[in-house]
Amino acid sequence: MSPPGTIGWFARHEARLAWRDWLSLMTAGRRRRARTVVLGFAVFALFVHGLAWLMLGSAANLAGAADKQVLVAVTGTLVLAWSLMLSQALESVTRAFYARGDLELILTSPAAASRLFAVRIVAMTVTILVMALVLAAPFINVLVWRGGAHWLAAYPVAVALAMDAVAVAVVITVALFRAIGPKRTRLIAQIAAAVIGAGFAIGMQCAAILSYGTLPGTTVSRWAMLARFAPDEGGAVWWPAHAVLGQPVALAALLGVSIAALAVAIRVYAPRFGQLALAAASVSHGTTRPGRRRAHFQSASPARALRRKEWTLLLRDPWLMSQTLMQLLYLLPAAFLLWRNFSGGGAATLAVPVLIVAAGQLGGGLAWLAMSGEDAPDLIASAPVPEAHVLRAKIEAVLGGIAVVFIPFVVVLGIATPAGAPVALAGVVIAAGSSTAIQYWFRTQARRSLFRRRQTSSRIATFAEALSSTFWAGTGGLAAAGTWFAVVPAVIALTIVAGAWVISPAKSPAMA
Amino acid sequence: MTQSQPALALEIRGLAKRFERPAVDGLDLSVTAGEFYTLLGPNGAGKTTTLRMVTGLLRPDRGAITVFGIDALADPIGARRIMAWVSDEPMIYEKLTPMEYLDFVAGLWAVDGRRAAARARDLLELLGMAPHAEERCERLSKGMRQKVALAGALVHEPKLIILDEPFTGLDAGSSRVVKEVLRERVHAGCSVIMTTHILEVAERMADRIGVMANGTLIAEGTLDELRQQAGDEAHRAAGVGHASPGQASPGQGSMGHASPGQASLEDTFLALVAQDAAAV
Repeated sequence: MSPPGTIGWFARHEARLAWRDWLSLMTAGRRRRARTVVLGFAVFALFVHGLAWLMLGSAANLAGAADKQVLVAVTGTLVLAWSLMLSQALESVTRAFYARGDLELILTSPAAASRLFAVRIVAMTVTILVMALVLAAPFINVLVWRGGAHWLAAYPVAVALAMDAVAVAVVITVALFRAIGPKRTRLIAQIAAAVIGAGFAIGMQCAAILSYGTLPGTTVSRWAMLARFAPDEGGAVWWPAHAVLGQPVALAALLGVSIAALAVAIRVYAPRFGQLALAAASVSHGTTRPGRRRAHFQSASPARALRRKEWTLLLRDPWLMSQTLMQLLYLLPAAFLLWRNFSGGGAATLAVPVLIVAAGQLGGGLAWLAMSGEDAPDLIASAPVPEAHVLRAKIEAVLGGIAVVFIPFVVVLGIATPAGAPVALAGVVIAAGSSTAIQYWFRTQARRSLFRRRQTSSRIATFAEALSSTFWAGTGGLAAAGTWFAVVPAVIALTIVAGAWVISPAKSPAMA
Repeated sequence: MTQSQPALALEIRGLAKRFERPAVDGLDLSVTAGEFYTLLGPNGAGKTTTLRMVTGLLRPDRGAITVFGIDALADPIGARRIMAWVSDEPMIYEKLTPMEYLDFVAGLWAVDGRRAAARARDLLELLGMAPHAEERCERLSKGMRQKVALAGALVHEPKLIILDEPFTGLDAGSSRVVKEVLRERVHAGCSVIMTTHILEVAERMADRIGVMANGTLIAEGTLDELRQQAGDEAHRAAGVGHASPGQASPGQGSMGHASPGQASLEDTFLALVAQDAAAV
């Protein structure tokens, strides 16, 4: 066993905390759930492997030579994967700065805090790698199965990418700290994380829309188009792709550079991590300034007071606002499509499913904030207002927020394609309503600041919300295209919502 | 000559709540109108559970709760209208200012806007929070937040104020201000029921004290009555120098304080709890 205060000792401590945290998230503290979790993972693994098999089944040249088109495809996939890793790394580093947790205990102890922070930076790398592999491993396994053992090199490449992502994230976050201070860094870093995470996929979609005038789907995979403009095959830009394809020199070089990058980031920044984290922690104790708006004290009904409270709290929290509106980034391709087809192109109806799925996601987020993220539940519960009235006011607050965001899109859609607008409007209302209902059935009391972790409070609710939004989007898309097949996804969506209701935990109104 | 019974602010009969073990077990308790009642007990005695059931935050397994004649279980909204609840952890909204918070609370209790505004200003002034009335609560200290929460409880002028450890984390100055405000409310005819682990506060402020252990009321009365119930053990403890320091000030609680050689509330409380533990 490592002596106290050493890197090994800190690593064991962190691993124990991480394991227990993960276990309690998965099993909600109930040991009996462990079997269900294992079973769930097995089913998920089978499903993702099946999906990978289907998606890669038609891909040509899995075992063939590394021609330029393969290099472009592999590099594009790596850029996409790395941008997602960088996004997660930025999130993790920012969270490490701002979560106070045991910070004061560590910094006031005689142990070298830099060792703990070094361990935490490595732990971030491992977490990001594991999360990436959850999705990537089935594809790699299928490639190995169908294309040959050389595809196994994709695993060390994933390790290298995770190390690079964390190293770059540490540098970016520290630079932001120095440039704009701890107060704004959290917001900017998290917006940057979301934009980086979504940016590549959105950019590809917009490029495809520009090129072909339709929503992407198959066009995104047309790497041949990109290959025409790409540099020669011998360039260093292709080294990561060559590494994935099993070329030993490229793999060794990539790993060497990545290990060096992470080591430098740890060596330079781990000793300063504590000071930066303390600076971040001191933000909330800053000087006070008077508010710009004054209380109205109008003789408001409880419902109006509740609605106003929900909107005020959301508008005043830039971090929460950015987290909520981040989901709207995915509306950009739809907006782009509307803009391109503003003169009356029927393709604008393709924006309908995008609007619906975004409304479902935003509705779920807002509903969680209003119902589960109530910071003064005792106050609301002890007020002389029936629970049904509180619930109605909160639903009105959620739908009001949805209306503000989506009505402009629906209006523009109505001008471009009048037939699509009513479908989009109905879809937006139904998808947002479904997500709100699911969040209500699965509500649990939590601090608003835990918004980012809302998905882990109930995985069933998260999946039900995502699936219902997707199937409502499918319904909207097919309905906008004027086909009766729209009934099929609608029935599936209804089944999902009904299923969520059936298995939702029973809640006593008085306890809420 | 028969004396008319004082009106009851709170009447609890046979109240019970079980979690993994009985938290409250057949509790009977009464608080009269205009009374300051303090509930003491060791950790896990069932004090907070009792108060949460009274406020409607927990549903009892059995028993009856009446607030100023209103059956709180049959008509929870009617009961909540005249009650206020303050917990040890001030539950306020970080992004609202104290004035906005009071505006929101007034809205929940449907208080007339003009009256609520005047009352909010008075309360913040009284609690020394006027300079911070327009600052967001996220920038306030724990003591200031607790005062904002207390102002929220008082803005709708409740007849029964229920407080769970309201002095936790308050500095001496804030603590004194809160005590004065509560005393002023009692003088104005309001009833207060409060739990606390700060026995000096209970000794100075309470008209009557109830001691809970294992979910039941093991003793109740004024300090003198409690001393009598505690018997010799408390006196023995007082003899070894555990008497409460400080003198009673005029206008403070009706219980008075321990004289030299007399058992303090701490001695009395510990003796009562020990007797109950021995009996169990």
